[in-house]
Amino acid sequence: MVVTQLGGTPPVKSRRPLVGDRRPRTDRDSGGFARARRIVGSALLIVFALALLVPFFWMVASSLKGPNEVFSIPVRWLPETWHWEHYVELWTDTGMATWLRNTIILSTVVTFLQVLTGSFAAYGFAKVRFPGRDVLFLVYLGTIAVPWQSYMIPQYIMLAQAKLTNTLLALIVLQAFGAFGVFLMKQFFETIPEELSEAARIDGLSEYSIWARIMLPLSVPALAALALLTFVNTWNDYLGPLLYLRSKENWTVQLGLKNFIANNITADYSMLFTGLTISVIPIAVVFLLGQRFFIEGIATSGLKG
Amino acid sequence: MTSAVTDPVRTPMRRRSKLAVRNTLLGWSFILPNFLGFAIITLVPVVTLFYIALTDFNVFGKGDFIGVGNFVKLVSDPLFQRSLLNTFYYSAMHVPLTIVVSLGLALLLNTKLRGVSFFRTAAFFPYITSIVAIALVWNLLFSPDAGPINEVLRFLGVANPPGWLTSQDWAMPAVVIISTWRDMGFYMILFLAGLQAVPRELYEAARVDGANVVQRFWNVTLPGLRPTMFLVTVLLTIASFKVFDLIIVLSPGGNAAPNQATVVLSQFIYQKGFVESKFGYASAGAVVLFFLCIVATIIQFLINKRRSA
Repeated sequence: MVVTQLGGTPPVKSRRPLVGDRRPRTDRDSGGFARARRIVGSALLIVFALALLVPFFWMVASSLKGPNEVFSIPVRWLPETWHWEHYVELWTDTGMATWLRNTIILSTVVTFLQVLTGSFAAYGFAKVRFPGRDVLFLVYLGTIAVPWQSYMIPQYIMLAQAKLTNTLLALIVLQAFGAFGVFLMKQFFETIPEELSEAARIDGLSEYSIWARIMLPLSVPALAALALLTFVNTWNDYLGPLLYLRSKENWTVQLGLKNFIANNITADYSMLFTGLTISVIPIAVVFLLGQRFFIEGIATSGLKG
Repeated sequence: MTSAVTDPVRTPMRRRSKLAVRNTLLGWSFILPNFLGFAIITLVPVVTLFYIALTDFNVFGKGDFIGVGNFVKLVSDPLFQRSLLNTFYYSAMHVPLTIVVSLGLALLLNTKLRGVSFFRTAAFFPYITSIVAIALVWNLLFSPDAGPINEVLRFLGVANPPGWLTSQDWAMPAVVIISTWRDMGFYMILFLAGLQAVPRELYEAARVDGANVVQRFWNVTLPGLRPTMFLVTVLLTIASFKVFDLIIVLSPGGNAAPNQATVVLSQFIYQKGFVESKFGYASAGAVVLFFLCIVATIIQFLINKRRSA
């Protein structure tokens, strides 16, 4: 059936999907079968979407419920009365404002340094040829396979001797110079045709200007992907702050929240959910703003392997 | 070395070496800002690790060199044995499950169904959410008596739903469910990128040859995804071996689950190093984690290389 359908005029047939979509269409068999598959596919999508989003919905809804409503049987999905005041209480009664400020500073500085030094080094690896370059890159690449948990102890001893424990600075240096950013940007830079750099060189641009004025503007998706991943990972990091930040005024949102939960376990759950919701909202906004670039960046850059 | 090969053959020796020096300086000037931080913060500790693992270093300062003493102790430490076993148990469930689910999702999203782009965004949401939030929400969702999950299970006719995180047998599967739920969006994007790189002509050719959907998947899609599959497997394996945040936040105070049902290698390192202040001993555990990841990566690299040959 398939053969006869395609047998006659393959060029026309094979061109058709290109109009709408570059992706291969797999559901082009016959009418009824294709429709059945589409229905099953859509049903699966809906099930998955529910599995993904229901916990979030439950979290946000619970943050607005009364104290005894969270675990009512049967499950009540919407609050009976809406307790918006939880958000005000959380803000005034806990260190949430300080923790948010710390986390924003930390994530922003780390992301800035990682993107800047990472893309700068990536240019050296991708576009300048010099002896030892490939060996050095292999060292960078190798450390991606080394988990942080395996060298956190020597690192801690070192930073403790430098008197950096209990400072945000420790966490900044910890996360700002990762090999991953260099790897990702290098893969992307290598897809940019060398002719562009050559033309710029003939026009008298230095290598540094080529990086700043040719490479960076062409790499927005990869830069966005790297920035988002770094920002999200720093924002959500738990182990780093747990090891380094002792005093309450230095805590990040994650650490503060964890403590809030631990000290609050008998008290009311709706306040806990309020805290969780507040910790998730900023990152969700950042993600939604950048997600288009982000997905494009991952799809077109080194992560493809 | 690379520059010597690619320079025009007739370039005089002197000019060539001058160019090499110029390029070396140029290259290093780009790499240095990142490399300084990278070397101090990553390379030095990685190298130091192997020395500290051979000492009885503690919080009070320098430790004495005790050779392989820590490793000898490690082998007979029940907590270490349990954490090593649990790490393998977790990885053996998490890696395949995440690959299957995220590849399935990617295949689904690679079609022209309605709402695909909305779903792509939604699938990423768990990945950007903090572990602390995820752990608490799922802890409550999984709670044995009043949790919505067991309530749904009872409604569906399951008389005795599992105790999940409070049960010896179900604690680890529950952790795996949560971590798979969290990770699948990220790996799905990688698979999606890989799927779009599979040449369309191959599908057409397979169809002309009369291959059905299943045959096309095994003979076109999977071979075409090999580079992506390699990357995903490596990333997932390393991530599984080092799992920490989710497990420690799910079980406050170390081990809420009975009999250390979820204690893993990273947690062992944390416990010995930062709670009990035995830096030397904890480092020995860290060396094991280090080699696990390196060996697993090398093995996968070799398999990938042989398949592509």
